[in-house]
Amino acid sequence: MAERLIQLENIHKDYGGKTVLKNINLYVRDKEFVTLLGPSGCGKTTTLRLIGGFETPTAGVVYFDGKDITHLPPHQRQVNTVFQRYALFPHLNVYENIAFGLRLKKLSEAQIRERVEEMLRLINLTGYEKSAISRLSGGEQQRVAIARALVNHPRVLLLDEPLSALDLKLRKEMQRELKAIQQRVGITFVFVTHDQEEALTMSDTVVVMNKGSIQQIGTPTDIYNEPKNAFVADFIGESNILDGVMLADRKVRFSGHTFDCVDGGFGEKEPVDVVVRPEDVDIVAPEKGMLRGNVSTVTFMGVHYEIIVDINGFKWMIQTTDFVAEGSHIGLYIEPDAIHIMKKSEYSGLYGDYSLDIDPEAVPAESERAE
Amino acid sequence: MTGRGKGRRGLTLENLLLTPYSVWAALFILVPLAFVAYYAFTDNQFRFTLDNVVKFFTATSSVTNEAGQSQEVHTYLLIFWRSLKLAVISTVICLLMGYPMAYIIARAAPRAQKTMVTLIMIPMWMNFLIRTYAWMTILQDTGIFNGLLDLVGLGPVHIIGTEAAVVVGMVYDYFPYMIMPIYSVMAKMDNRLLEAAQDLGCSNLQVLRRVVWPLSLPGVFSGISMVLIPSISTFYISQKLGNGKFFLIGDAIEGQYVANNLHFAAAIAFIMMIILLAGMALMRRLADRHMRGGM
Repeated sequence: MAERLIQLENIHKDYGGKTVLKNINLYVRDKEFVTLLGPSGCGKTTTLRLIGGFETPTAGVVYFDGKDITHLPPHQRQVNTVFQRYALFPHLNVYENIAFGLRLKKLSEAQIRERVEEMLRLINLTGYEKSAISRLSGGEQQRVAIARALVNHPRVLLLDEPLSALDLKLRKEMQRELKAIQQRVGITFVFVTHDQEEALTMSDTVVVMNKGSIQQIGTPTDIYNEPKNAFVADFIGESNILDGVMLADRKVRFSGHTFDCVDGGFGEKEPVDVVVRPEDVDIVAPEKGMLRGNVSTVTFMGVHYEIIVDINGFKWMIQTTDFVAEGSHIGLYIEPDAIHIMKKSEYSGLYGDYSLDIDPEAVPAESERAE
Repeated sequence: MTGRGKGRRGLTLENLLLTPYSVWAALFILVPLAFVAYYAFTDNQFRFTLDNVVKFFTATSSVTNEAGQSQEVHTYLLIFWRSLKLAVISTVICLLMGYPMAYIIARAAPRAQKTMVTLIMIPMWMNFLIRTYAWMTILQDTGIFNGLLDLVGLGPVHIIGTEAAVVVGMVYDYFPYMIMPIYSVMAKMDNRLLEAAQDLGCSNLQVLRRVVWPLSLPGVFSGISMVLIPSISTFYISQKLGNGKFFLIGDAIEGQYVANNLHFAAAIAFIMMIILLAGMALMRRLADRHMRGGM
């Protein structure tokens, strides 16, 4: 089995003296849905462009199906790209846009027609053959861009933030549709996004990137439940990240209390970062709580309330379906398996305290309203 | 976008701001055109007549051909044909040189782009007459051009006073008008379109043919009109570089005007304008069909 269809080995990329990618090692399996996830400027798009052939690495090798393709031009690669904001050809109609790649392959007119029609059925745009690109909605353009790439039967489809220009509802729809398309055509998708939810819902494997290097590679569940450092914990979902000390295997102390946990293998008295997800904290009566604090804000989110609790100056975020009044004194109870321990990293102390999240400009507005 | 939401107030302000331009356009474009048409269809007593127009198509004169025999020709049709021929040749040369150049500039780094655009514009800051005089000096039998040819053992070539000299002058003078519109369309072209074409299997040459060329057509067409129209009606270049041997339609208009034949001068100008407008309309339609029909 061609286990590793694409492999990036020790990739470095400099742009005019600025390092945009460092030490990237990554492989993509055949028929896998891989997402490169990270904030803007993290190098995810550059990584995708290396696979597409639009960039050459300063150092390192790109393999495709075991062959070195580092310097192969884009038109000789068995990959196709869905570009950010689609890049459809404005001088061609829907049919000719989709047929573009096939015409280059010198297929017969009948073959082209058959494959274009098949694609139009796949993306539910039958009857749009003659439409001008400018007359299509964003969602329709998106589908045409996907069809234009898939019609060439690539081994890999590269998608560069394909959903970022769509509104929320359409984006959710397209997420499902893309996943369905990937399963139907049975090829590898490499998907770039800055939207963590998109990454979690669609991918087999998520590659979290920041500042030009890979932070963590894993399944969505792994990435969410076992983040490797404070950056990943904060970027994927909401997290309370606290300074802690490992007392022994399965014993950790933070916020002035010793907790049972399920992690081990750290040194004795080793300082660690402790992650507690907001939905894993139970609110109990103060006397029953492991920690106690005052509720400072309550925000109704629809499905749940998001409350901020001040515990010895650290602001915790807790998500609960039960209403708690602002200003009330509550206790927190945390199960051992809700506590995730991470090694200290360059990101320690930068994330996970919700007092930092308060928009400084919003504070005076609040007090003005109170007056 | 938000401005549009303001509705009526924005519209009134828009109209107010447009007024000077409308007045300007009426005063300096529409009124003169109306006068040209009026003069073309009237005689010296300003009575309606088709004589001027008919004269353009029927007037004949005798010329001596190469074999030394005298020959009757349609004077103005011949002149018009000669003007069209030289203008088309100049336009084609401008396009063949300007298109690749515009492409190279548009693909260059932003700073290099600025420099190259400036270099192309600089000659335009010089007076048109001076530039043409300079070419007279360069192309003379004892000029710089022949001096250079002499150095490499190819010269001397008699070029001043030939159609070639007139074409050289036209190409030099109107070249920037070809490059600039093509360049500005190409500079705005989304680079991702070119990448998408490569991604779908285009070699560099195919990207040029299938994406860059069709998308740059609007620039090509405005370049063609901006070179063809002034070069078809020029008179100065042909007088100076053609030694007055190649009477062009512009020379004819000027000659009639100087001879105080205003009505006939207007008729020539009017007919030429109609022919050019028809030509441009035809070209635009071809362009539209090309854009819509795809390949």
